[in-house]
Amino acid sequence: MAQEQFYHALKVDESLCYGCTHCMFVCPTDAIRIRNGKASIRKDWCVDCGECMKACPVNAFYVEQDDFDKIFNYKYRVALVPVVMIGQFPSNISESEIFSVMRELGFTHVFQTEHSVDVINEAMISELNSCDDRPLISSFCPAVVRLIQVRFPSLVDQIIHVKPPIDASAVFFRKMLQDKGIPDEEIGIFYVTPCAAKIAAVKSPIAEDKSPVNGVINMDFLYNKVYQGIKSRGGKSVRSPGDNLPNLGPKSIGWSLTNGEAPYMKGRCLAIDEIHNVIDFLDKIESGEITDVDFLELRACDESCAGGVLVVGNRFLTVERLRKRAQLFKDIHGTPEDLVPYREYMLSKLPIKPIEPRSILKLDEDMTLALRKMQQVRSLMCYLPGIDCGACGSPSCQSLAKDIVQREAQLSSCVFIQRMMEKHKKLHADHAIRIIEKTWGKDRLDKDCSKLGAKNEGM
Amino acid sequence: MLFKYELEGGNFSRAGHASSEVKKILKQLSVDSRIIKRVVVALYEGEVNVVAHAHSGLVTVDIDEKRIFIRIQDQGPGIPDINLAMQEGYSTASASVREMGFGAGMGLPNIKRNTDLLNIESEVGKGTILEMTTFVI
Repeated sequence: MAQEQFYHALKVDESLCYGCTHCMFVCPTDAIRIRNGKASIRKDWCVDCGECMKACPVNAFYVEQDDFDKIFNYKYRVALVPVVMIGQFPSNISESEIFSVMRELGFTHVFQTEHSVDVINEAMISELNSCDDRPLISSFCPAVVRLIQVRFPSLVDQIIHVKPPIDASAVFFRKMLQDKGIPDEEIGIFYVTPCAAKIAAVKSPIAEDKSPVNGVINMDFLYNKVYQGIKSRGGKSVRSPGDNLPNLGPKSIGWSLTNGEAPYMKGRCLAIDEIHNVIDFLDKIESGEITDVDFLELRACDESCAGGVLVVGNRFLTVERLRKRAQLFKDIHGTPEDLVPYREYMLSKLPIKPIEPRSILKLDEDMTLALRKMQQVRSLMCYLPGIDCGACGSPSCQSLAKDIVQREAQLSSCVFIQRMMEKHKKLHADHAIRIIEKTWGKDRLDKDCSKLGAKNEGM
Repeated sequence: MLFKYELEGGNFSRAGHASSEVKKILKQLSVDSRIIKRVVVALYEGEVNVVAHAHSGLVTVDIDEKRIFIRIQDQGPGIPDINLAMQEGYSTASASVREMGFGAGMGLPNIKRNTDLLNIESEVGKGTILEMTTFVI
């Protein structure tokens, strides 16, 4: 499993990337290097958190999605919509208008992802009650699950073995449609995703053989289509035919937001959002500095899913609108009526297989070799300047040293080492330029007035 | 391979620095995660002991293919009765240290549980030397 290539939703558009270092510096797993003037992502290291996409000044990162027309391969086309989708629209646009336009776009059914939250919560609590490991960590955020696999491998067994809402709800709605006599192959379930990590989790499931979701549509793409559809109606509210969805209660509405899960778990529970905060906290948990916590809700994005990289609306306004909505439906509690008869079925489908660690930190699988490589890294660090400028195409001097030891870079990639080598007549100036061009692209240092911030930008 | 970390008495915000660094190193060296956990817990307790009781200290970590050897030497009050200090729940920590959530009398017993070999030498009024070894294989 560790050798397998993992699917990644985040891609670099090389025609747009001009090889700056913003993404490389913000990547929480050091997965980005600059080669030939373009950002390149190390597939095994990337957790699809989307930090690079948020930091890119020229929108060179994109999230690969399924072709929208793929939905028409199925007779029954289900859109699985998370609540943060609704939270982005202005408050004068109603949920039924949004879902109505979605049906006009081609979906036969529009279902909500958080529909299965109550039964998920039940399964999570029962694992918490039957397990001594502490703290248990929510499996909700796929970027966090991947982060733990690659950077905190000793904590993988503490991730709760329960399907997150996207998979659980897909399983439920599929079963419900099947029970109405619809053949499985005619059902296409499409998740409207607020982030890259959820796409990756569908395309290469972490602890499942096959995802119950057939495809993924980016939320920003669908938001534009729906908003256009609503605008073109000119204020007339016409409802397209289709089932009215049961309203979700406050627990389901808040589940994907920060502090969505923690208040409903047992014991001492904490909610932490934003990937660097999550890393800091996991570090302390792993060292045994924090011991008396029972449950951790960890989310990679600031403001959780409302801060997803594909969420168009401002994350704070999205949260505000959803909180108001939760207040409006504060009397709705418990499992939705249509799910009650499926409770046992769902509890049997919710468990996931153990999650495998796949550390990216090891210098070598063999400890003797790893020790030797670490010795080499430490010797190289005696020469590298410790400026962490990124001009070598690696995010820090330390990562360059590791890249050199792993034979993925050379000491002369460092511009300061180059100056020293030139001084000692060990490197010709032309050769130095060639080395820089290898990292930053040909003619990179030539005058170019069309680049970002230069006098002819955009001309 | 040798690593050294300085400890400062009374600075609780820095307690855990050495264990965190050692953890990062051991993860890169493909050491089994259960062994890493034992080493890190023992070192963290040792760090807290120095911070809570002593003036200053020095952690020396020596790693090879067979074992992880850690020596924590401090300048401090020393331990008058080591056998008593090894008992669970026995603590000489001050009220202010306890208020910060430390000083439950679990330090040395926890270190013993998490190391394969433990050697303690202490001289009252001068300081304490803790030597702990954890085998990799």
